Amino acid sequence: MQKRAVFHHRFLPFALLAPQIAVTAIFFYWPAFQAVWQSFLLQDAFGLSTDFVWFENYIYLFSDPTYYETIWTTLVFSSLVAIISLSSGLLLASMADKPLRAAGLYRTMLIWPYAVAPAVAGVLWLFMLHPSLGMVARGLKGLGISWNPLLDGTDAMTMVVLAAAWKQISYNFLFFLAGLAAIPRSVIEAAAIDGARSTRRFWTIVFPLLTPTAFFLLVVNIVYAFFDTFGVIDAMTQGGPAQATQTLVYRVYADGRLGGDLGGSAAQSVILMMIVIALTSIQFRYIERKVNY
Amino acid sequence: MSFRKFAYGAAASLLLTTAAHAQIEINWWHAMTGGNNDVIVKLANEFNESQKEYKVVPSYKGSYPDTMNAGIAAFRAGNAPHIMQVFEVGTATMMAATGAVKPVHVLMKEAGEKFDPNAYLAAITGYYSTAKGEMLSFPFNSSSMVMWLNNDALTKAGLDPAKPPKTWPEVFEAAKKLKASGKDSCGFSTAWVTWAHIEQFSAWHNVPIGSESNGLGGFNTVLSFNSPLHVQHLENLVNLQKDKTFDYSGRTNTGEGRFTSGECAIFLTSSGFFGNVKNNAKFNWSNAPMPYYPDAKGAPQNSIIGGASLWVMGGKKPDEYKGVAKFFSFLSDTDRQVAIHKASGYLPITKAAYAKTKESGYYKDAPYLETPLLELTNKEPTANSRGLRFGNMVQLRDLWSEEIEAALGGKKSAKQALDDAVSRGNAMLRQFERTVSR
Repeated sequence: MQKRAVFHHRFLPFALLAPQIAVTAIFFYWPAFQAVWQSFLLQDAFGLSTDFVWFENYIYLFSDPTYYETIWTTLVFSSLVAIISLSSGLLLASMADKPLRAAGLYRTMLIWPYAVAPAVAGVLWLFMLHPSLGMVARGLKGLGISWNPLLDGTDAMTMVVLAAAWKQISYNFLFFLAGLAAIPRSVIEAAAIDGARSTRRFWTIVFPLLTPTAFFLLVVNIVYAFFDTFGVIDAMTQGGPAQATQTLVYRVYADGRLGGDLGGSAAQSVILMMIVIALTSIQFRYIERKVNY
Repeated sequence: MSFRKFAYGAAASLLLTTAAHAQIEINWWHAMTGGNNDVIVKLANEFNESQKEYKVVPSYKGSYPDTMNAGIAAFRAGNAPHIMQVFEVGTATMMAATGAVKPVHVLMKEAGEKFDPNAYLAAITGYYSTAKGEMLSFPFNSSSMVMWLNNDALTKAGLDPAKPPKTWPEVFEAAKKLKASGKDSCGFSTAWVTWAHIEQFSAWHNVPIGSESNGLGGFNTVLSFNSPLHVQHLENLVNLQKDKTFDYSGRTNTGEGRFTSGECAIFLTSSGFFGNVKNNAKFNWSNAPMPYYPDAKGAPQNSIIGGASLWVMGGKKPDEYKGVAKFFSFLSDTDRQVAIHKASGYLPITKAAYAKTKESGYYKDAPYLETPLLELTNKEPTANSRGLRFGNMVQLRDLWSEEIEAALGGKKSAKQALDDAVSRGNAMLRQFERTVSR
């Protein structure tokens, strides 16, 4: 029997949808249009003088070599964060899925980092890894490993990737755990009876059945790495040293809020929006075909 | 029934009484933390207690860039504060915003408050005035860059704290000795990397940062701090960074803890660091003027001020402006200036306050308070050392820091880094010039 909502009054569905549409319009579409409009303007910080300059802000951006570096940094950063957090989440979920004593405790301990705000996560890791204050940093110095995220771009990138990925592992863990629980035990047991080892069982049976969850998490992780990691970067490295950890979203903030260049910042915002829309469309078009529902 | 009438009557009369005693509130947005925050709160309370007409309400809004951006955003939304503390490098942006800000000399004249620009120290007011000497903002907390010294560590390294290093070569030598005596993670370091190695460095050596008196003369200024002297200095730092004789501590002052913790025995940062040092350093300390290169002609010249000033935002009512003017007069009072100076380490802004502190012999027991004043008044300012005024300074400092970091990290040569800093900075200055010249 198909469930279908039947509305006797013509306006009721619109009235029910109206609040959500209002919220989406005011908090998503209006700022987006304002960003697009502002990207065509050249203004001073106080908004006292406005000049309509067509695509100048965009041309200025694309003729700046550091912008391409920022795009590359963002791609590297997002890929690393997505790969590390997805694989760690999957690994932990498949281990926590086993019937263990205190499984509930392990799961809770693995889930709580998600509740930590990005900036707080950044500061936590900073206390471990800061070259002067950090405990781990002192340990590294004792071992003779050079660690200076204030000057070395790779060290700084390592630091922010670790903090950003750590936060997202628990989110992925939660979803993978749910996905694993949905797999019927009979399929796995049948494979075990046929003599498949656990790793082979995992890759040929469990993982393909997890693909809907994995696809969803891939999209969410990419969006997270592009946008929500701002707090981590701002708390830890402020985009430095020498722009080594400046992602696109951080650059929007740095140029707009700190630098007062609102037109350029709006242009960057619009470009970032288009990149993420493109990435998500590609994911939905090509990767979704491989998902087994 | 009669009780209800009584209750309504009481409520109505309460409302009426509050309406009648409407104190004019003056909102003051600032960026001071710790001990300096206590100074601000104390000042506001003292002013509020001294009279009943006005009430100054200070609010901490975050760091200097945060406070400035909050104020700009508030202005765009139509509810700016009355007084905003803006750091010195935001001056160009604030100056260019005619209509958004009310110049202090206009404010004081309209409010009928006595105001003599000559009563204030020239090195400080020159920064915040037009070329004609009209004061635009009210100097509040001014500082300069000094070299903080850990005397116990210096003694241990075989150096004499009574004779601190005067020149950069001497500092490098001292740093090497400190490293040899056990401070192997840091010989010397600095905070505010561009303030130390570009802005103050240029003024102290009487070389320009940019044309038009470092921007004081006009928005068409062109940067020029990639001179041989600057390149040589950055090359020295790059070489010393290799074995941590010089160790980079970050762009702003987040690395200041390395001095108070004892890690870096020689540390160049603001004289306003005094409160922190007094409270947290568990060793004998002192400070000395910034070092210079002895073969640079005219060095040491004089230093430029740092810190912040109070800007008055436009679009407020005349009686509110009267309150602001009264508050500024209150702040200029000599004894009050002396008290602020002694408590916070920031400089007294009036000549009278400086003279009074000096006459009382206070500087004999606390010579570290006088160091920045001696630096500021070392010589008569030249076009290169009166101050600086560049638009979008926050962004400029960021990109200059990036280039210095690239050089220190070995990614570029010092010359390439400074050349890039100049060319990128000039592009930004031209952009700023476009937005203000209409």
